[in-house]
Parts: sequence; C-alpha cells; structure tokens
Amino acid sequence: MAVMEMDHSVDNQGRLVAADGTPLKQRLAQALFMSRLRAFGLVTPLLLFIVCVFVIPILIFMTRGVYNDTYAQYMPNSTPLLQQWDGDSEPTEEMYEAMVKDFIAAREHPERPIGRVATRVNRELSGTRSLITSTARRAKRMEPPFKEAMINARDDWAEIETWQAFKVASKSLTPAYYAAAVDWQYTATGEFIPQDELRQIYIRLFLRTLEISIVVTLATLLLGYPVAYLLSTIPNRIANLLLILVLLPFWTSILVRTTAWIAMLQSQGVLNDLSVFIGLTGDDQRFSLIYNKTGTLIAMTHILLPFMILPLYSVMKTVPPSYVRAAKSLGATNWTAFWRVYFPQTVPGIGAGGLLVFILAIGYYITPALVGGQDGVMISNFIDNHMRSTLNWSLAAALGGVLLVFVLFLYWIYDKVVGIDNMKLG
Amino acid sequence: MKLKSILIGAASAVAVGSAAFAADTITVVSWGGAYTKSQVEAYHKPWIAKTGNQIVSEDYNGGLSEIKAQVEAGNVTWDIVDVELSDAVRACDEGLAEEIDMSILPPAPDGTPAAKDFIAGTLDVPCAVPTIVWSTIFAYDSSEIADGPKTIADFFDLEKFPGKRGIRKSPKANLEMALMADGVPADEVYDVLSTSEGVDRAFAKLDSIKSEVVWWEAGAQPPQLLADGEVAMTTAYNGRIFNAVAAEDKPFNIVWDGQVWDLDLWIIPKGAPNKEAAKDFLAFSTDTERLAGQASWISYGPTRKSSSALVGSYHSKPDLAMGPQMPTAPENFANALQNNFEFWADNQDELNERFNAWLAN
Repeated sequence: MAVMEMDHSVDNQGRLVAADGTPLKQRLAQALFMSRLRAFGLVTPLLLFIVCVFVIPILIFMTRGVYNDTYAQYMPNSTPLLQQWDGDSEPTEEMYEAMVKDFIAAREHPERPIGRVATRVNRELSGTRSLITSTARRAKRMEPPFKEAMINARDDWAEIETWQAFKVASKSLTPAYYAAAVDWQYTATGEFIPQDELRQIYIRLFLRTLEISIVVTLATLLLGYPVAYLLSTIPNRIANLLLILVLLPFWTSILVRTTAWIAMLQSQGVLNDLSVFIGLTGDDQRFSLIYNKTGTLIAMTHILLPFMILPLYSVMKTVPPSYVRAAKSLGATNWTAFWRVYFPQTVPGIGAGGLLVFILAIGYYITPALVGGQDGVMISNFIDNHMRSTLNWSLAAALGGVLLVFVLFLYWIYDKVVGIDNMKLG
Repeated sequence: MKLKSILIGAASAVAVGSAAFAADTITVVSWGGAYTKSQVEAYHKPWIAKTGNQIVSEDYNGGLSEIKAQVEAGNVTWDIVDVELSDAVRACDEGLAEEIDMSILPPAPDGTPAAKDFIAGTLDVPCAVPTIVWSTIFAYDSSEIADGPKTIADFFDLEKFPGKRGIRKSPKANLEMALMADGVPADEVYDVLSTSEGVDRAFAKLDSIKSEVVWWEAGAQPPQLLADGEVAMTTAYNGRIFNAVAAEDKPFNIVWDGQVWDLDLWIIPKGAPNKEAAKDFLAFSTDTERLAGQASWISYGPTRKSSSALVGSYHSKPDLAMGPQMPTAPENFANALQNNFEFWADNQDELNERFNAWLAN
C-alpha cells in the first residue's frame, strides 16, 4: 500500500507519523476511506436502480398483504362503530343508521365505490356483495328506525355473521390475509381458527412447491453432473460443439420448449405412440405423462438443466486432472479417487447450480400452468391467479410474502449447512 | 395487450360528411380474431357507409383493467367496448361506464319496441346493450364415437362413453352442468347451488369423472384437444367448435342439452371522447338487421328475437344454414341455462377456493 511505503518517523509521543507529521494511523484510515468511497461510488448507480425498481416496489406490495383500506376509505361513518363493536352482541340502531348513511354517500360519490366496498366485504362472507348493492340502491328511500328498514329490505341484516364480515373488512391493518395464506381464518372477535377443511389449499401448495423444487434440483444434478464432467474432460474443440447443444435449448423460448414437451408427452404424442408401436403398452393403456405432476417435473427438469450444467462445467474445468491421477498412483480405486478427491472439489459448483435451479424452480409458473393439470401446479400459479383474475391483490401479496420468507429461511439453512462462501460460479 | 389498429373507412368518408356527427372517428374495442371480423363485416362497414364516420378497431383480451386505468387517469381513448356480462355489471357498479338511455335503440321492423324485442332479462344492465348470446356446450368427434352422446348426463357417464373429458379449469358453468347431469332442472340449478348440500352434490358429480379430466383454460384449446384425440368429449365455447367444423371441416358434433349461455355487450366507458357518435354506432349495430347479419359470420346468437328470422347462411358456404347453429335456436335452447352473474359475483371467491382445493386433492 502506498501509505506504508512513505517515509515515516516517530513523533515525540512515540507514534508513527507520516512525512507531513500526521499520525500514520490517521493517514491510513483516510486512504482506506477514500478507496471505499470510490468503490461505493462505482456501485451506486446499480444500488439505486435495485432499490428503486426492486426493493421499494416489493416493500410497497408487501404492505398490501397487511393493509387494505377499501372499506375504511369509503365507509367513514360505520368504520369507527364497527371497530368499537365487540363482534358478538346485537348490532345497535346507531350502526344501522351509519351503514345507511355510508351507502347513500358511496352511491353518490363520483367514483361510485359501492362496487369496490361490496367486493371487499364479499371476500369475508359470500353473498354480501349482492346484499350491499341491493340495499344501497334502496338506502336513499329508507326511514328511521333504520334497523327495521334494513331488515325489511333483506333479512340478512339481522344475522350476526353479516355484521362480523363487515367488522373484519373495516379493519384496514389486518393479519387476515397472511392468515388466509396459511389456511387460517381471522374472525371478527380477533381469534384465529383453521380454514374450513374443504377450502384448505395453500399449505398443501407450499409443500408441493417445495417438493417439486427439490426433486427438480436433484434430477438436474443427477443428469447434469456426468454431462458437465464429460464437457470438462474432452478436448476443447469437441467440448465447445457439445456446449452449443446445452446452450441451444437455453436460448430457445420457454414457451416453445414447454409446448414441445406437450407434443412429446401427450397421450397421442410421440413417446406414447412409440411405446404402443414397439408393443410396450396397449393402445388403450397409454401413459399419462402430461397435465399432471410428472409433466411438470419432466418439463421443468429439462428447462432448468443448463442452469446446473454451466456452473458445474466451469468449476470442473478448474479441477486439475493430476489430482485424480495422483490418487490413483497412490493406490486409490476409481471410486475412491472420484469420491474422496474429485467430488469434493466440485462441491462449490454443485452448491451454485443447486441454489440457482432451486430458487428458479420455486417461483416457476409458466411451465406448471401449461403442463401442470390439476396436481402439478405450484404456489406461483395461485399468486398469478389472484393478481390477474380474482384481483385479490392483498392475498397475492400475502402469499408472495410467505414465499419470500420461506426462501430466505431455506437460504439461511443452506448457509448454515453448506456455507454461502463455499459457492462458485466459475 | 395485443394492439392491432385497423383504420377502416376510406378518404371518401371525409368528403361525404353530411350527418350530425360528420367525419367523427370512434375507437371500437373487441376480442379480435374471427369475432372482431364478424363485427367489422356486419356493423362497422355498413355504419361507415351510412354516416361517413370512421372506425379504429382495437383488440383486447377482456377484463376491466384497461377501462379502469383510462377512466381513473381521466384520459379515455376508447369509445365503445365489447365486454362480458360479468364485466358489464361490474363496470356499471363501479361507475366505469356511461348509463345508456335505452330509448335510443330502434324498434324491430314490425314495430315491436326494443325493450320487448331483446330476449327477456338481457337489457337489465343500465350501462350495457347486449349483442350476442354465446354458450358453453360440450362436443365430441363423430368419427370417433359413432352413436354419440345426446344429453348432458352422457358427458358424466364414463360407463356408457369411456374416455377422457376436457373441462375448463374453473367452477363456472361446470357446477351448473354437473347439477343438470344429476337431474336438476335448469330453472332450479341456482336455487340448488345456493345451498351447501347443492354445492356438495355438484362436486360429487364432478368427482365421478375427475380421474378422466383434462383441464383447459384458453378457448382455443378444446377444439385442439378433440382434434388430437386427447379427449373423447370436451366442454367448449360453441363458436370455437363451429369454427372448426365450418372453416376446417372437422367432424365435430355439438351437444346442446344442458348448455350454459351468456352474453356479450357493448359498453361506453365513462368520459368516452366521442360519446354521441358511439351511441349512434351502438344503436345502429344492435338493430335487427345488423345482429342478424353478424350471425352469418360466426355462430353466436343475436339477442333480438326479430333477428332470428333473418339469420341466413354461413358467408362462404351458402348451403350451411346458420339458424340451427345458434345457441338460441329453439331445438338447441330446450334445456338451456343462463349463467347467473349475481350468483357468481356473490359466491365466486368461496367456490373458486373450494374448486381449487378439490382440484389439488
């Protein structure tokens, strides 16, 4: 380091000083600070980019999982009363009156938000949507006592469940979506109860997503390891040619590859036709290889294979062949030489490839959507479903949040078991 | 969004310009493909010739997200949009569409007022005017099954008709069909489905064929599944099967028993730039002659009763009469059920969850 090479002497307090008399320690710190600042300056554009278009949007979207003020925003009169209400006792006339006032205001509001409010409450209790829109249409003509008037309009207003649904919806900051994302229900009285058994799905989907990701990771490792080994040991000329074969599908659109698998695997497809032709199966007992979990596993393994082969290949290229030769000349069998000498040196590649494939697999959705059928779909397909068709963005955000925590947890486990430093992309 | 803009109406349109909305250009948005083509031929071209206005035709994929974005940003560029019933009702509820004065709709040629000429119950949405009736039906390949299925119960009968079934991956229309197959009359389906026993019954019926089901999501899939021999029979949108038969000469047969029909409607987004011209187009395109004309391009039924008598033959095949291809043809309409939007708006969250959980098991 430049600072260290400078002329220096010792001052009267016995400290090392630079030529201009400042303590050497201080000069060193200054120089280090400058070089850190320069390094920081170089990464600042990328950092700002990531924070602005990645971190902040994710955080904003995550807040949707715990915060939804559709109800409170447009129903200002009934919201505080519902919050005070214990969720158990008979609803008061005051609450009925506030509800009628809110309905009238929401219908006359230029944005006509009554439909949005109705959609929000209906997520808590099926049927409240038409209850709200039909009552709101008549709200203007209602006269006190409002309790009677509303119950006359629709007798659902006498039911405590109706009001409980409103109470849950009126709470803007709520754990209800995260509870729903793990198959629990958040009730009006603030308790958590398990979701109705016929409607439980998300835990099972998270587990299936985990299972598919692990199986795909192991399958790509099993298939990719020998290929990477071959590539790294043959002469460069041939290796480059073979590498093109690995990369060619990598450069092809995922949709094209997935569709190709449909043509291959469907019951009237190439593979089944072939097995009928050679007499392996009868014409009426064709294999179901697609539109189920098998289809998802096969297609995903193929699509993610290059992500395993490439890191493995680049790590294997750096393993000197002389080590294995040395082991053998010292009397090791082929297996011992491989397992004790070669394999440990490729572990950083396995770690990199495995993590890459696993993280990609856990968020995969196009392929399972196309070939997954009923038991081959993953959690991301449901996040997509809530984003685009049910428009329940809060639940989508909560599911995404759970998935994120899940992945971070697995990453932490990986770091503990394998060590994140022990990973090499080349 | 697939955005395909076609400028229809030649320079002559500028020269004509005598009507009140002289040389207006309106943006008409629809679903593209054969369906938009049928509208261009039956609605756009005659209207351009009559008024001298021009039409920019855009495609979209349904849903209200784009209309919502335009209305909320105060920058509406679409004048009239073809939407499904569920979206029409939501657009109206959420104030995204202009209310339409139904008195602008012309009466039938015999003088019947529009309110009585449209099929009962289809003019109930105050912001939307219906154009076509489309239907979810089931179909099979007649070259594979000689003595084919006749009723919706046959679709669920694996003993009588073994083989895979194609079904849309959604509870909509499927629960209704399952109940009809289980012997519930069409007019009681939604009453039964409103009870939890009824929902159980529908799922139990679906359960009986679950092992043989191939699920589809896009409308183009079912004809493909049939053509590939992947399924013995499949539910589908009737226009898609008709198109495979008429344009590609596939030997497919439609079974109309237990069909679940629905509507497509015009809405005018709130704050549309050429509202008056759009209203004129809306009234013109939903008159008796125009609705009947569209039916010679695609097998979706006109929503006016007076149009049925005028429905001719397929545009490129004079001997293919379109009347019997319509969901609304009397012989097809015998056991038909209208999709109940209110029911689905109220129950879709719960039934979707239950359907998905049932699928995953």
